Amino acid sequence: MSTPAGHESPQPILSVRDLRVRIGQSSILQGVGFDVAPTGTTALLGRNGVGKTTTVRAVLGLLPEEGEVTGGTVRLDGEDVTGHRTHTVVRRGVGYVPEDRGVFGSLTVAENLTLAERAGGPHHYDLVHDLFPELKARRAQRAGTLSGGQQQMVALARALLNDNRLVIVDEPTKGLAPRVVTEVAEVLQRAAERVPVLLVEQNLAVVRRLARDAVVLDAGRTVHTGDAAELLADRERTTSLLGVGRHERSERSGQAEERPEEREQREHATKEST
Amino acid sequence: MSTLVLLTLTGLGLGALYFLIASGLALIFGLMDVLNFAHGAFLTVSAYAAWRTAETVGGTGGLALAALFGTATGALLAIVVELVLIRRLYGRPREQILVTVGLSLAVPALVQAVWGADSRPFPVPDALSGTVGVLGAQVPVSRFVLIAAALAVLAAVNLFLSRTRYGLIVRAGVEDRAMVTALGIDVTRAFTLVFAIGGALAGLAGVLGGLYFGSLSPHQGTSLLVFAFVVVVIGGMGSIPGVALSALAVGLVQQYANYYVDGYGDFAVVVLLAAVVLARPAPRLAGGVA
Amino acid sequence: MTASPASPASSAARATAPPSSGERPAPTTGPTGPAARPARRWRGLAAPAAVLAVLALLPYSALEIPVLLDGPVNSPGSLQLLALCLVFGGFALGYDLMFGRTGLLSFGHALYVAGGAYGTQLAMTELGLGLFPAIGLALAGGTAAAVLLGAVSLRGLALGGIGFAMVTLAFAQAGSIWVQRNPGGLTGGEEGLPLHTGGVPDALVGVQNTANVYWLALAYLALTAAVVWTAVSLPVGRVWQGIRDNEQRVSVLGYDPFRHKLGVFVLASALGVLGGAMHLLVTAGATPRSSTPEFTLTLLVMVVLGGSGTRWGPLIGGVLFTFLDQRLAVLASSDLVHGLPGILRAPLSEPMVVLGTLFVIAVYAAPGGIASIRRSLTWRRGEETR
Repeated sequence: MSTPAGHESPQPILSVRDLRVRIGQSSILQGVGFDVAPTGTTALLGRNGVGKTTTVRAVLGLLPEEGEVTGGTVRLDGEDVTGHRTHTVVRRGVGYVPEDRGVFGSLTVAENLTLAERAGGPHHYDLVHDLFPELKARRAQRAGTLSGGQQQMVALARALLNDNRLVIVDEPTKGLAPRVVTEVAEVLQRAAERVPVLLVEQNLAVVRRLARDAVVLDAGRTVHTGDAAELLADRERTTSLLGVGRHERSERSGQAEERPEEREQREHATKEST
Repeated sequence: MSTLVLLTLTGLGLGALYFLIASGLALIFGLMDVLNFAHGAFLTVSAYAAWRTAETVGGTGGLALAALFGTATGALLAIVVELVLIRRLYGRPREQILVTVGLSLAVPALVQAVWGADSRPFPVPDALSGTVGVLGAQVPVSRFVLIAAALAVLAAVNLFLSRTRYGLIVRAGVEDRAMVTALGIDVTRAFTLVFAIGGALAGLAGVLGGLYFGSLSPHQGTSLLVFAFVVVVIGGMGSIPGVALSALAVGLVQQYANYYVDGYGDFAVVVLLAAVVLARPAPRLAGGVA
Repeated sequence: MTASPASPASSAARATAPPSSGERPAPTTGPTGPAARPARRWRGLAAPAAVLAVLALLPYSALEIPVLLDGPVNSPGSLQLLALCLVFGGFALGYDLMFGRTGLLSFGHALYVAGGAYGTQLAMTELGLGLFPAIGLALAGGTAAAVLLGAVSLRGLALGGIGFAMVTLAFAQAGSIWVQRNPGGLTGGEEGLPLHTGGVPDALVGVQNTANVYWLALAYLALTAAVVWTAVSLPVGRVWQGIRDNEQRVSVLGYDPFRHKLGVFVLASALGVLGGAMHLLVTAGATPRSSTPEFTLTLLVMVVLGGSGTRWGPLIGGVLFTFLDQRLAVLASSDLVHGLPGILRAPLSEPMVVLGTLFVIAVYAAPGGIASIRRSLTWRRGEETR
């Protein structure tokens, strides 16, 4: 059940083994392990609050103050980056689009992109402007005044600007209108042709369209890895692992469900005010 | 009329002094969540360093050298404090505050141990000790020096923030520090830089404070710091234009109230602070800082 | 003022307490379960009672402690020093009610201490009241001021956690400036005011009565400790702890954090006012130093050095810090220090240089303060490493 998918090449771009994370007093991850293939999109799936975002943040060294990795390893292209500081992990070639998009609202679109430019590599403005012509027109606009969909474009553009070995995208379609969800999915599809993508996503229609491999977490553990299409075709399994069978309608509408647990978890993770 | 002119220019000079101190505080707090109580200590040490220089060299040239030396002292001190003390406590804002509190107690005491508790006259060269007639008022030249210095600093800080890559990093970091690191940027370098800038400005404020008050004492930095904090709170943490306006308002209110309400300038500032605090929306539940 | 509706408080407070106690395990904060309650309570009282008894008997001891004390323990000089230490132990305990127990960083506690000292003095000189009515009036006035200013300061939290600290600092600074201005000759300006002995009972005046003043200071400390320790073991104390650990959870459980924070602020301020009156008696005068921001900063240092949020930590921190401060000042003027080369003499001639440096080192070396060192020796090592 937990064997890697058959069509994986010998050297995964990201390899997570037995990852354990504690935040405050609670163990959030208790043994997460999976590989991300060097091509295509790998979807990280699971019910609300099973630790998907925590997994991504632990890989990037972005856990909140009271959180720590208590065990396991993270390898990026074969190199151990467990517990490394965020900027050193990212400089090894990781693009990241966080759940809340992380766009700097007081900066202009152009400044958001300039900030993302990494030294010593080509910056693919041609690609970015081709994917997001709207951003070129709005380059002098403050990012805080953009719509949610446009902000997601800025976040994706920042992740695709550099030559990356891996792009991690956390819930890109959350809270977006159906039309924008389709746009984002198209962008991700084109991105995945150039760079492997690790995608955290609740919208199964998007997953079905993009993902080749699927990793399913439950209660802080990996409970399934395998072919994404196969998993999604198995209605019974989808229901038991993801608890989403009765939400087929939400796939069509494209609207992500409100998930209070995850929000609470994130709020808990934010630093307490003094 | 001439009283009003004199009060206004004196208030502007005081506001300029507050701005020099508060802008560094605001940048440091905005970017790093560090409430830097050691800022007053930076100012005091720099002021004494400048005083020694000005005493030794003398004249306007001596003062210029003193300003340079004081600014450098402030920057150097701040860099050392950041690298040696603050850096290790990264991610623990409360301990960082405590360390700066310890410094704010120890450093002025050390200055007092070396140079005595009494205030010393600051040597003001003849060229700056006179007055200029403005609309019938005789305004001390030093006020204009302060205002000019603050305007120059405001312009320089704005240029730094809007035109340089590190300025961009600082502005982004004030908004979301974690996301800056997630773009592959080593934000700790920006920390050191911001501390250095804040220290340099505090050092400059120490020198100009000596010029403004005509004297210096070991605890001058601490009492100026309190008003600088007030300026930062009124102006908004991490916003340089806000701090500039707020410094202006606090300086003017203090001077006007001192004259028209019989020496109650400091109270007027506190009342202003209370009014601003009460006028803001009630605390939100979201507890995140900066 | 600090009371909360008892029945809903207890149930929900219990719900907050166990998961949030992780930050700083404070095994001595109070009974944890109903079954353990009576036994624990008696055991909990034994140590304070013993300490109180020993301290109460000190004026009968003629023990000579060289280096630490100049004269025998029961000499007026030594007793006055010890009384000052006890008063500061009380200050630190009261301050920690806000800082360590509720997570409120106030820089304005000096306002209430100075208010207690000057208020009591002025009530005696200006209104002709006796000492105890004067203290009562100062307490009433200080408490009213704390309600008003606390409410404004807590609104400062809208500017981020630090807003509260800054607004309290500004209020205290205004008070300090007022005291040093000497308005209408009321406060004596920089000189302060000598204690108005006319209003004070004869038993508390003069060198021969230092023991009585000492006992009064001890009574203040005992009262403060009783109030603080009782309050934190009550349901309201659990809510404070909840606010410290995770304010959102507390408000989700249906409490008004604002009212609880205001309550703890007013209680701590009232204890500060009372302590200010003791300070007036022990030092035989009101000094503007007690009104300065530095005064509050030293309270913070005491609490952190001793161990904030613990039962004995703040008390020990306050007593030790004050003792060191006083003895280092004596040392500074001694021939020993005067004979040293300049590079050593300068720092040693100012106690605050030594204490401030010590504090900075302590923040790194012993983040939990003295109490945590003791705990890590008593409990198994490595249980709490943060």
